[in-house]
Amino acid sequence: MIKIKIENLNVWFGEKHVLKDINLEILKYKVTAIIGPSGCGKTTLIRSMNKMHALIPNARVAGNISMDNFNIYGNNNKYKSVDPVLIRRKIGMVFQKPNPFPTMSVFDNVIAGLRLRGVRNRKKLEESVENYLKLTHLWDEVKDDLDKSGASLSGGQQQRLCIARAIAVEPEVILMDEPCSALDPIATGKIEELIYELKKDYTVVIVTHNMQQAARISDYACFMYLGELIEYGETTQIFENPRQELTEKYITGRFG
Amino acid sequence: MISLCFFALFITLIPLISILYEVIVNGIGQLNIAFLTEEIYPLGLSGGGIGPAIQGTLIVIGLASLLGIPIGVFSGIFLAEYPYNKITFFAGFFNDILSNMPSIVIGIFAWILIVTVIGWSVLAGGFALGIMMIPLITRATEESIKIVPSSLREASLALGIARWKTTLRVTVPTAKKGIMTGILLAIARVAGETAPLLLTILGSRFFFSSFFEPTAALPLTIFNSSQSPFVATDWPKAWGASLVLILLVLILNIVVRLLTREKFER
Repeated sequence: MIKIKIENLNVWFGEKHVLKDINLEILKYKVTAIIGPSGCGKTTLIRSMNKMHALIPNARVAGNISMDNFNIYGNNNKYKSVDPVLIRRKIGMVFQKPNPFPTMSVFDNVIAGLRLRGVRNRKKLEESVENYLKLTHLWDEVKDDLDKSGASLSGGQQQRLCIARAIAVEPEVILMDEPCSALDPIATGKIEELIYELKKDYTVVIVTHNMQQAARISDYACFMYLGELIEYGETTQIFENPRQELTEKYITGRFG
Repeated sequence: MISLCFFALFITLIPLISILYEVIVNGIGQLNIAFLTEEIYPLGLSGGGIGPAIQGTLIVIGLASLLGIPIGVFSGIFLAEYPYNKITFFAGFFNDILSNMPSIVIGIFAWILIVTVIGWSVLAGGFALGIMMIPLITRATEESIKIVPSSLREASLALGIARWKTTLRVTVPTAKKGIMTGILLAIARVAGETAPLLLTILGSRFFFSSFFEPTAALPLTIFNSSQSPFVATDWPKAWGASLVLILLVLILNIVVRLLTREKFER
């Protein structure tokens, strides 16, 4: 079942044409990996799904992105037509560098989204914290330190805290922009396990530089190069039997 | 090279330390309950105190803060959060001009605008000092918000939190320390201003009576006493008032820092 459908998406930053005619269908309850060399537009692609690219001045978009047949960019393709706040409540995001709020405790970080949206019920908030910290396997590690600063945790723990924070607002899709690139192999392993579990309830789109990681965790993969989508298919097919020469060169490390 | 730098540092410390030394040595003998609480006696009379001046300074700083802090903080937020428009460019430019404006000019401005209408008053003084605080606080707020990592802003926006809420609940709290420091520096800077006060609150020997009456202030007391021909009675009072002014700013600093301590030390 198609969760997010991207049709003829073009993005410009000023004069720079960053994404060129992207067509992509992201399936529900699957992990889709986006791979490709630096600067190919991977990050721009996932950031355009929750309108985070609009934070960059001079960003311009043409084309459509729809989620469950609801057009995120509206019919006239002006990005202002649909409130990004509404989109981001459905499509959460985890960033490259762990970014817990330094002024908030671990507890407050998990429920930051709920609280800033006006949830006041203490019992519900406490339940959320326990629930989502358990889901991200962080509960046993931090249950005695809930009052400490979110920034006092280790890098891997911070990233899992950020994932807990992102899913605590109950989105349907989680975008991950190289979530493990700042982490060591053990912390990376934990996040990968987590992603595997998350796809039971969420649709996950992950940008990664790490080929093995993409092969391990994703069900579908797409390869991008210079702003174009070169190939999209099941991960096994992309890695074992790529149709495009460019894809094969990239995944075998014989690039350029 | 390093010795040259050390030498320069040494030279900078000389005036600072000698000022502190002079003020403390000459002023410490004056400090007692009576000096801090009694009315100001006319020049030439021994006895009396600087009570009204301390009170007046606190009131005028309070009034200035009421004007300067909200306007300064909010305009600083605007400059930092909406940097890509023409208003921001011009506002930033004029803000810089205002922060370099000689204080006597601001005094004249307040005098024309307020004193000529309602007379010498603590309100006019608070207005003048408040105007002086605005650009200092604006700049400090802007700079401290700009160094908040954009990743935090993005984290909040990606949670589906509206932009203004992100600014107020995530960005500003993260920049709180810098903003507080800016406010304190602005207060310390205007607490000792004499020229605008001469033109606005005029000075008085008595305790505060009304917002529309001339009021005493420490810098004015220091100025008057130091200009007095009665060296033996009035100069020590000037030293004492100077020491009190320095201590006042120091205490204010400590109190505000304690009250606004960060939850987590970073």
